[in-house]
Amino acid sequence: MLRTSFAVAVAFASFSAYAQQTVKIGMPLTLSGQFADAANQMLNGAKTYMKMHGDTVAGKKIELITKDVGGPAPDVAKRLSQELVVRDNVDILAGYVLTPNAMAAGDVSAEAKKFMVVMNAATSVVITKSPYMIRTSVTLPQVMETFGTWAATKGGIKQSYTMVTDYGPGHDSETAFQSAFKAAGGTIVGSVRFPVANPDFSAFVQRAKDMAPQSIFIFIPGGAQPAALGKAFAERGIDLNKTRILGSGETTAEAALKGMGDNALGIITAWHYDYTSKNPLNQKFVKEYQGVSNGRNPDFFSIGGYDGMHAIYEALKKTNGNTDAQALVDAAKGLKWESPRGPMMIDPETRDVVQNVYIRKVEKVGGELMNVPFDTIPMVKDPAGERRKQQK
Amino acid sequence: MFASLAGVLFDGFAYGMLLFLLSVGLSVTLGMMNFVNLAHCSFAMVGAYAAFSLAARHGWPFLATLPMAFIAAALISLVLERTLYRRLYRATDLDQCLFTIGIVFISIAVYAWFYTTEQQSVQVPDWLKGSQHVGGITLANYRIFLIVVGLAITGALIYFLERTRFGAQVRAAVDNQRMARGLGIDVDRAFMFTFALGGGLAGLGGALSIQMVGLDPTFALAYLVYVLIVVAVGGLGSIGGSFAAAVVLGISDMAGKYYFPWLGAFLIYLVMVALLMWRPAGLFGKR
Repeated sequence: MLRTSFAVAVAFASFSAYAQQTVKIGMPLTLSGQFADAANQMLNGAKTYMKMHGDTVAGKKIELITKDVGGPAPDVAKRLSQELVVRDNVDILAGYVLTPNAMAAGDVSAEAKKFMVVMNAATSVVITKSPYMIRTSVTLPQVMETFGTWAATKGGIKQSYTMVTDYGPGHDSETAFQSAFKAAGGTIVGSVRFPVANPDFSAFVQRAKDMAPQSIFIFIPGGAQPAALGKAFAERGIDLNKTRILGSGETTAEAALKGMGDNALGIITAWHYDYTSKNPLNQKFVKEYQGVSNGRNPDFFSIGGYDGMHAIYEALKKTNGNTDAQALVDAAKGLKWESPRGPMMIDPETRDVVQNVYIRKVEKVGGELMNVPFDTIPMVKDPAGERRKQQK
Repeated sequence: MFASLAGVLFDGFAYGMLLFLLSVGLSVTLGMMNFVNLAHCSFAMVGAYAAFSLAARHGWPFLATLPMAFIAAALISLVLERTLYRRLYRATDLDQCLFTIGIVFISIAVYAWFYTTEQQSVQVPDWLKGSQHVGGITLANYRIFLIVVGLAITGALIYFLERTRFGAQVRAAVDNQRMARGLGIDVDRAFMFTFALGGGLAGLGGALSIQMVGLDPTFALAYLVYVLIVVAVGGLGSIGGSFAAAVVLGISDMAGKYYFPWLGAFLIYLVMVALLMWRPAGLFGKR
């Protein structure tokens, strides 16, 4: 019995792209552990898209299969991606909160020839791991280099002290911001890296304060740390009108703003999405999202999941339901659409995301703290990807 | 130079008080009852979520939630002690570790289910925000508050264990269980209350730490390492030892981050290794 069904499965698998009536999307996500919140938000973003646009596309039913990676574990991510391909016969791999997990799964996508949609993992080089991969989130150089240039030119800031978390994305942001800031005429007066597990920031902040820089650039992962860091700034009595605090969107995410309270007023961040955006498409998305997520607001993980599903749907429409990796990736290249975050595109050459970068400032609107955008740098390509292209 | 040194000492001391509150309960249960309770930070999380629920969802003032955090964590630890823990008092260390780390994972899943994995925060009263400036040093109000609470708890604990009749019974039960039983001391009851007290203090520490480090369901694991370091360096079962260890580690962590930031958080481990090489049983350890 088992043997027959196996034989049947093998027989079907060989022409599964045409024979089956469902398209299976395998998502290895960090559903438990430290990054559980990010994975849940991403999954809810994907589910919201399916709720708003139906679960059938090009005559095929879309089915999500999730697996729990448990944390930054490339070996597990790779094994689960393999299992999804071999055992669950998925047609598409999607998700990937963390860079190391996406890097490892990229090999599976390349070898098994599966279309892969990275919905977060923001290190630039991830995209080079498989020719069948696209990304619908953001890349760190895309935001941070843009921010560095903006700060030194339009922002009128001449000096900066950088504080980043001592891990991959932190190093990338540090390099990206510093190089762009210096290239645009700014000076870096000092820098520090904090350990990943760091409950108390006051000593680092005191050190920064003693340097009395004109601005402080910070990059820390979302979660508990932004609020803790914000409180440390307030406790040290750093005047945000004299010393500008510059950060990524995670620094002033919804929960972080709640934790920081009025201490956050005046922080300037560069990011690609915020749930408070007045864009009507976004307002509709937020409303639907709250229905899916039990009242939670979406964040940048959610929008990565949402737009990832959009790219999959549109690519499937173009291929008429054909799930061949080459066909799908060709269909996705150059795809342009209006997302709740604003206009976006999949770069036809690098397969990476192209989108607006918004410069926002924390202000009080109707008694609530919000990231209010006051400048937009339109349709930014990943600068690291552009450099890779030139080297070739 | 002096100002920055004083600032580092003050911040480190306050941080040490937080570590002390989180870990003193474990030192008591581990040292006195010889029970390896890795789920200690789960009790801290119980207290923290109790305080968060009351403050954020029912509008209680922050200070009023602190005793409730103590009570909630003490009650839960009492129930668990009666139903589960007491069965393992005579089990091997490995069994105890496996059992309690299981409780940690269950508690993480339970809180993630009921409170989601979102990062939570509480609003403290205005007089606990901001800071005082004394002679060029910035003293954050919340840190002053932590130090006051930490010192008060230390005093109360020492008084309770050294000066009261019940404290004497607990010490007797720990020093020589058979003899204490022979003298008619109810050792079971002494252990039960000690365990509840340890859990309650963890709950209080958890509630106090929300403002400093935030709260999500991984709290039960995230601070376990720090708590174990404090207990190991302080010496098992010694309140004075835990206090000294927490202060030394708090200050060295803070000083390390200020003066040698490139060493990062590693310094705290270096200090631990050095102290344990000097005194393998901990600063005030007896065995």
